Amino acid sequence: MPQDYSYFPGCSLQGTGVAYDESVRALFALLDLKLHELPEWNCCGATSYMSIDEGSAFVLSARNLSLAGQAKHGDLVTPCSACFLVLKKTQDYVEHYPAIATKVQQGLQAEGLPPLNGVQVRHPLEILYNDVGLDRIKQASVRPWRGAPVACYYGCQLVRPYCDSDEQQNPTHMEEVLKAAGIPTVEYALKTKCCGGSLTGTIPAVGQRLNYIILKEAIRKGAGAIVTVCPLCQYNLDAYQADIRKSTGEAIDIPVLYFSQALGWAMGADPKALGMQRSIAGKKTIKQWFAASEREEKAHV
Amino acid sequence: MATKLNFSERTIKFQREADPEWARQVSEHPGCERLFSCLQCGSCTGTCPLSIYMDYGPRRIIGLAREGFRKEVLNSQTIWLCASCYSCAVHCPQEIHITDVMYNLKREAVRSHLYPKRFAIPVLAQEFYNVVRRNGRTSEFLVVLRMALRTNPLVLFTMWRSGLDLLRTGRLKLLSEKLKHVPFLPKEDA
Repeated sequence: MPQDYSYFPGCSLQGTGVAYDESVRALFALLDLKLHELPEWNCCGATSYMSIDEGSAFVLSARNLSLAGQAKHGDLVTPCSACFLVLKKTQDYVEHYPAIATKVQQGLQAEGLPPLNGVQVRHPLEILYNDVGLDRIKQASVRPWRGAPVACYYGCQLVRPYCDSDEQQNPTHMEEVLKAAGIPTVEYALKTKCCGGSLTGTIPAVGQRLNYIILKEAIRKGAGAIVTVCPLCQYNLDAYQADIRKSTGEAIDIPVLYFSQALGWAMGADPKALGMQRSIAGKKTIKQWFAASEREEKAHV
Repeated sequence: MATKLNFSERTIKFQREADPEWARQVSEHPGCERLFSCLQCGSCTGTCPLSIYMDYGPRRIIGLAREGFRKEVLNSQTIWLCASCYSCAVHCPQEIHITDVMYNLKREAVRSHLYPKRFAIPVLAQEFYNVVRRNGRTSEFLVVLRMALRTNPLVLFTMWRSGLDLLRTGRLKLLSEKLKHVPFLPKEDA
């Protein structure tokens, strides 16, 4: 019987992170996990809304938690690190501050929604690690990885401060899951360093510098690709490589994948279904992977 | 680069200019309770990926805030450069939720119009807030466009390359989505 989850994609996964949405859905379908998208979900508020108005920020994100409680499809899955953090933070603050709990309660009531019932907020990576398990991932992985090892980049908001299953300073779930799927990884000390979030848009010189450091270190460690868990990290690291090449004069061109794309690829999914054609940087490397696996698959038949 | 000495700008703060009552109010806010427990150890500034770009590092912001130097704190770029990576908050040996303190200060800076003018980060936050209140969901394209128009429209020309790449790969959503029923959100702080 397939396992059921509520699904909250978030706004980024409809825009710059559309490949994340595609690949998570494809990966979950491959593993016989069923995602039920929340009807009429709204923006979680991310970091910006909270910077202007706290009271309604908690009501805004609590609305999604309430919808998930109402949907009764089990745990709430969200692939976006910002959504994950904001939903967890809302639960934390509602639990610890009676004044915020009352405000949220009133806000939900005005919307005709049920009160919060402690629905579990979870990230797909953690579901793969704990619910699916490394053994099943190993069994499901049929396509050998022919590229160079990858650097696992977690960014900030998934692991800090509300990560309940992995280590905050040195998380390892992504490495373990990818290794189980036959994808080698490199030691990568910058795995939880911040990419700067929206700074690439507001103060490009600063935002791009942070991303340059993260990219450069991955290349220095011999990584052939960077694998991420966050739509904003992926966007920053992927879309600004041309600008970074121009400002630094260095030959930086490395594919930046979502962990769901790397795993889906290992499990033999069609790269188009995983949104891999939407990558901006490292196109040459990605094409080489495609060509190598096509040759192998032909040789098998 | 040699540091330019500017004698007209006094850098020493006098205690009598501080407003301890304001500091107390800050510390009463959810998440800011442990403000006065700061050791000034500097773990926050050491771990902050953006401290080198800040006018004051997080340690100095906490130090200034708990003494009540309201104007310096609210006028700083520091609070806006904070990208909410929570590195300081998890490293703080005194368990001060520094990121939440920063959020609290940002909100007050917006309320009191004390942020640096035409500074892109608070403008982006405001435009994000407006779009979400109107549509229930955000639109990356609309928020960035409105931020650029309010700060420096010329910045749009520097974005052409990544914009074109996004468009080519089907990742730029030009039309913003609006929920059938946009949640009613009572304005609290703003």
